[in-house]
Amino acid sequence: MSIGRAFRAMPTMLRVGVAETVAYRAEFLVWILTTTIPLVMLGLWNAVAAQGTFKGYSQADFTAYFLATLIVRNVAGSWVGWQVGEEIRMGTMSMRLLRPVHPFVALAASHAASIPFRCVVALPVAFILLISSGGSSLATEPLQLAMLAPALLMAWLITFAIMFAIGALAFFLTRAMGLFSLYFLLFMLLSGYLMPIDILPGPIRVVAEWLPFRYMVSFPVELMTKSMSTTAVLEQLALQVGWTIASIAIAMFVWRRGVRRFESVGG
Amino acid sequence: MIRARDLVKNFKVHKRPPGFASALRSLFHRTYETVKAVDGVSFTIERGERVGFLGPNGAGKTTTLKVLSGLLHPTSGEVTVEDHIPFKRQTAFLEKITLVMGQKSQLIWDLPPAETYALNRAVFAVPEAQYKATLGELTELLDLGPLMNKPARQLSLGERMKCELAAALLHRPTTLFLDEPTIGLDVAMQLAIRDFIRRYNQTHEATVILTSHYMDDVVALCPRIIVIDAGTLIHDGDLRGLIKAMDPDKRVSFTLANADDDLSKLGSILTRDGQRVTLRVSERELPGVVSHLLGPLAVGDLAIEDPPLEDILRQLFGQRAKEKESPA
Repeated sequence: MSIGRAFRAMPTMLRVGVAETVAYRAEFLVWILTTTIPLVMLGLWNAVAAQGTFKGYSQADFTAYFLATLIVRNVAGSWVGWQVGEEIRMGTMSMRLLRPVHPFVALAASHAASIPFRCVVALPVAFILLISSGGSSLATEPLQLAMLAPALLMAWLITFAIMFAIGALAFFLTRAMGLFSLYFLLFMLLSGYLMPIDILPGPIRVVAEWLPFRYMVSFPVELMTKSMSTTAVLEQLALQVGWTIASIAIAMFVWRRGVRRFESVGG
Repeated sequence: MIRARDLVKNFKVHKRPPGFASALRSLFHRTYETVKAVDGVSFTIERGERVGFLGPNGAGKTTTLKVLSGLLHPTSGEVTVEDHIPFKRQTAFLEKITLVMGQKSQLIWDLPPAETYALNRAVFAVPEAQYKATLGELTELLDLGPLMNKPARQLSLGERMKCELAAALLHRPTTLFLDEPTIGLDVAMQLAIRDFIRRYNQTHEATVILTSHYMDDVVALCPRIIVIDAGTLIHDGDLRGLIKAMDPDKRVSFTLANADDDLSKLGSILTRDGQRVTLRVSERELPGVVSHLLGPLAVGDLAIEDPPLEDILRQLFGQRAKEKESPA
């Protein structure tokens, strides 16, 4: 499985990925449904902040935060784990193993191809965000805005890699799907998806700061909505790079162990 | 060329008796049983051969095929396919082989086959000119034209299989592993697929290894047959040899002119349905029997055939099952 091969095949893999995005309408629907949670949270936290600020967040701040969350999740979400688990369970993963491109790369290409479509959906939300907040709850530092694109890309990579790793657990467990529920629970609580991390209760907040989840949602959202010092931005970016590498390494580790087991026990 | 020497593949199977208590116990303590799926099989297959793997369900045919194609790591023994060690799945190896499983699809479900082909062209780095030529050839031979732009999910089973074959052959592999490629297909489609496989084998001098539940497929396609039962190789050779060894007698069928003709001296009667009779006759007695049938008895619709392969195999496996039961 050569890297050069994957690189040269990339344009075609992306093009077919685009065709898949358009064809998999059911998946699109699921994705739209799941990504409306930030809107629910927006309403909820706005009610909480009705009588003034809550832990430093005004209604406008919450609105900005959750609209930004909606954008981040649209762009950087990934559900690849379901597909990986399903293909392993059904045995069609065998077909992927016999192609000279690593399934991680092939699936990443196929899923990355849908990102432009998701951006199209996210853009109007971004527009609403700009008007509704009047800009008062948004970050304006050029560095933060410049770092948004790489932060979103890495957020997607971390999410993709961790989902891929959980899906690959299907090599070991006949029902890996239960793990997704556990994962989503942790994700929603610790990524900033349900509430900003800085309003989490003390100990949970400390945990959240040290886990990769915040780099999937919270960090890009903070880049959009919070005024940060240059040091803080760079420090967070460095940590995100670290988690990106670590997530991919974990995905590769689980994958390799899984394939080895698959080779010995069959699918 | 394919070489397998003393190939062994064991699976560890988690065993637990039924019931809630044993389910709980198995959470903490699991007992495993080793199942020998392939137990010391050796063979050599030369380039361009067409070989049929036969055996009852669970005999180890698919396991052998999966080891040969690199999906399974052998427990012991040596396997090389075109000078590669399959389970390493090196790019150079993957470009030379293909695996078609009748039960599993590589087509992208919601997209037309053309998209899968484009993807395969890219990942197998097939040069554009060769891709066009191969796809043109496959389209013509398999009559893919009208299917090319229909989403795979809308294809019938037979249409899908044709598209699967094309997807599997676009990179012009020289070794084909075909696991039940005609499963669930009607007779016309089976014939079409069979013809196609033979033609591909001849034009590209490709090695073909086939498993099928349809004996007709195997008889029509494979001059050489490897019979596997309970993980061991019990016959490797041509079809005639197998039939000769197991049951050299011919089947003679005919329609009697008079229903009450005496057949008792002509051999054993296998079936008799009104005036239609099938006899079992040894080769030595065949000329005498035939001349008697055609002469004094003046029978019609005479046919002389080998015993059906199904019967031979039933006999073969039955015999072995008996051997296993008696601790001789």
